[in-house]
Amino acid sequence: MKFRTRAIHIGSEPDSTGAVVPPIYLSTTYVQPGPGDWGTFDYSRSGSPTRARVEKTIADLEGAAGSLAFASGMAATHCAVGLLQSGSHIVAGCDMYGGTYRLLHKICNRNNISVTLVHADDANHIAEAIRPETKMVWVESIGNPLMSVPDLEQIAAVTRKAGVLLAVDSTFVPPCILRPLDLGADIVMHSATKYFGGHSDCLAGALSAKTKELHQQLYFIQNATGSVIGGLEAFLLHRGIKTMELRVREQSKSAMQIAQWLEKHSKVQRVLYPGLPSHPHHQRAKRLMGDQFGGMVSFEVAGDIDDAKRVCKGTELFGLAVSCGAVESLIEQPATMSHASYDPAARAKAGINDTLVRISVGLEDPEDLISDLDQALANSGGA
Amino acid sequence: MTSSSNPNSQLGFGTQSVHAGEARQKPNDAITDSICCSSTYTFESTQSILDYLRENHDREEYGRYGNPNEKVVERKLAALEGAQDAIIYSSGMAAIVGLLMCKLSAGDEIIFFDQCYHRSREFCLKHLSRFGVVTHQVKTGDMDAMQAAINPKTKMIVSESPTNPHLSVIDLEAFVAIGKRTGVETLIDSTLATPYNLKPIEWGVDYVWHSATKYMGGHNDLLAGVICGSKEKLEPVRKLRGILGSINSPHNMYLLERGLKTFALRMERHNHNGQKIAEFLENHPRVEKVFYPGLASHPSHAIAKKTMKGYGGLVTFLIKDADWKQTAAIIDRCKIPRIGPSLGGVESLIEQPLVMSYFDYPPEQRAQFGIYDNMIRMAIGIEDTDDLIEDLRQALEATNEGGPSR
Repeated sequence: MKFRTRAIHIGSEPDSTGAVVPPIYLSTTYVQPGPGDWGTFDYSRSGSPTRARVEKTIADLEGAAGSLAFASGMAATHCAVGLLQSGSHIVAGCDMYGGTYRLLHKICNRNNISVTLVHADDANHIAEAIRPETKMVWVESIGNPLMSVPDLEQIAAVTRKAGVLLAVDSTFVPPCILRPLDLGADIVMHSATKYFGGHSDCLAGALSAKTKELHQQLYFIQNATGSVIGGLEAFLLHRGIKTMELRVREQSKSAMQIAQWLEKHSKVQRVLYPGLPSHPHHQRAKRLMGDQFGGMVSFEVAGDIDDAKRVCKGTELFGLAVSCGAVESLIEQPATMSHASYDPAARAKAGINDTLVRISVGLEDPEDLISDLDQALANSGGA
Repeated sequence: MTSSSNPNSQLGFGTQSVHAGEARQKPNDAITDSICCSSTYTFESTQSILDYLRENHDREEYGRYGNPNEKVVERKLAALEGAQDAIIYSSGMAAIVGLLMCKLSAGDEIIFFDQCYHRSREFCLKHLSRFGVVTHQVKTGDMDAMQAAINPKTKMIVSESPTNPHLSVIDLEAFVAIGKRTGVETLIDSTLATPYNLKPIEWGVDYVWHSATKYMGGHNDLLAGVICGSKEKLEPVRKLRGILGSINSPHNMYLLERGLKTFALRMERHNHNGQKIAEFLENHPRVEKVFYPGLASHPSHAIAKKTMKGYGGLVTFLIKDADWKQTAAIIDRCKIPRIGPSLGGVESLIEQPLVMSYFDYPPEQRAQFGIYDNMIRMAIGIEDTDDLIEDLRQALEATNEGGPSR
């Protein structure tokens, strides 16, 4: 069965009620057959029927041995780096979500875990940064916010040779476009708040593991640390996944149209979208992703930080907000919003300029979105 | 867009599905609406109650008269339908009951085209009759018969378009002309069309009725009904709903609003799948006949093409030389669609109208309604088109007959 059919049916198999949509289990605990005799579910931190269903769906869509659902994307990321120990080293791509940067530099360091940031668009940079104590390589399949596209196949060859885990944050590139496990990754992380949930109304994270062993190790950490998804959120997440392929297809189409339009605009310095031939990794993106590149577009406004601010504030359809991947289009300025938790020097080194604007293209009519951006750019001042 | 969306806005259907009816800036600056479960709403002082009663402020009072979540969806649906107002009910049947109980009194008459949802027919014949309302039925699409059945007591004429399960499409221009000429109100059940494909208000219809459980909710996980029309005509209907209490719940309304965000996308896909599968079935040797307005062979094809953007996901077909058991065996062999009533959700469903809805009817009555033993109704979801076609192909072509034991 194809992706969309599986998204709708795998994990939604009938129960004893015959319900087409499985019931929502909010029960925190489950009655056991006998002392020390455990049923399928015991305490809902360890698992619930509703969570198990959505995890089954995600595992199927990712081609994983198993998946785990978390309270947020950061909870999922924290669980993945929980595989590391004191003295471990991690190599991470520098085109990275600000929250991940913060976790690695300001939380993991407390456990004596060290981090080296590299430009992951060249697999050699990663190979050179790997040390004997390196345990994990962390890259985003499309970098946030500069939209760089690492060559996951080459990086997987590097990590396999070095005996290091490859974990991919594929939040910008849902599995209907790209399945990092198929390309050799060991773990895929999604902020499922984004394209999976898709409606800006449930926080969720997901980890998918290539092997049963890795899945078991991650599950041990999840159960021990407890940042699991709740029953209602698991239901909303599952509901959202059913339309994910349709949404992402439409969002990719609209994002391409908008990126092409932005590229011709006199007040736009540079557009960063892997679907554009002008993108430095366009050929690689086509090889890895085919003809869809997701709904995230970044661009640099001609002018200064205030011009970029005025563009973000001037839209009427786009909501000025962080987050992405939902039905509503959003706009934000990474330097002051999604990537404010970077140290300014690290931000500059990564190439995140103050004039950078990031948009998340929703499901509105693309012509309506273009006219909104047109008026916001016209009123921004600048060049 | 300023504080809330303009229903007459020229924004695209997809944009309206996402944004129409919602406040641009929401409480706590949230991007999505909150779920307000409160059953009652408080006033600051006695004076503020008096101001509310005198000046009829737009605010909540008691949950049976409405809630903020339901009002957002009402505004969104009115915008999508191109109507001044919309009233939501706890189910599609609650909506039609709410409208007819308001508009009809003892001695009044109502006329239906005969292809209609069997529960609407049952409500009128068995229950409205107890209150002295007389129901007539005329052959679907026969405008002369409809005109001839109207008398001074007639208050309303009703049709589905497309009809269920035969997918007949009504000539709304002629239907509305009869209403205008005779001073009788018109009601269209547009559940199978949805405003994505057809906007009956633009054709002059007075009331549009939907089971919003279907395409509008779209995920087979909520029940809802809606009546759309002019503010003036709906005002007493809304008041009666406040008395009858057939309101919907804030949780359901939240899911309906969420479902509507992908309305345009889902409908585009239902239309696509419906057309492709109808074409596949028509060319299959085991299929005797397919009812789908997008097929040139359907009697309503010309009028459908003229008035509709697409034809939705409901496809009805007859199996060649098959009795009811052999027909059931085909349904039982399907692996993707689940067997069950309802339609319009992302999951495909399949059923045999004879078994699902008409099992208790005598054969002659079933024949009168055009319900045949070898009839299958498929409510096509948004799964991959090829997967659904392959599944139907194996179900039609398998040699083991199987089927129910009785």
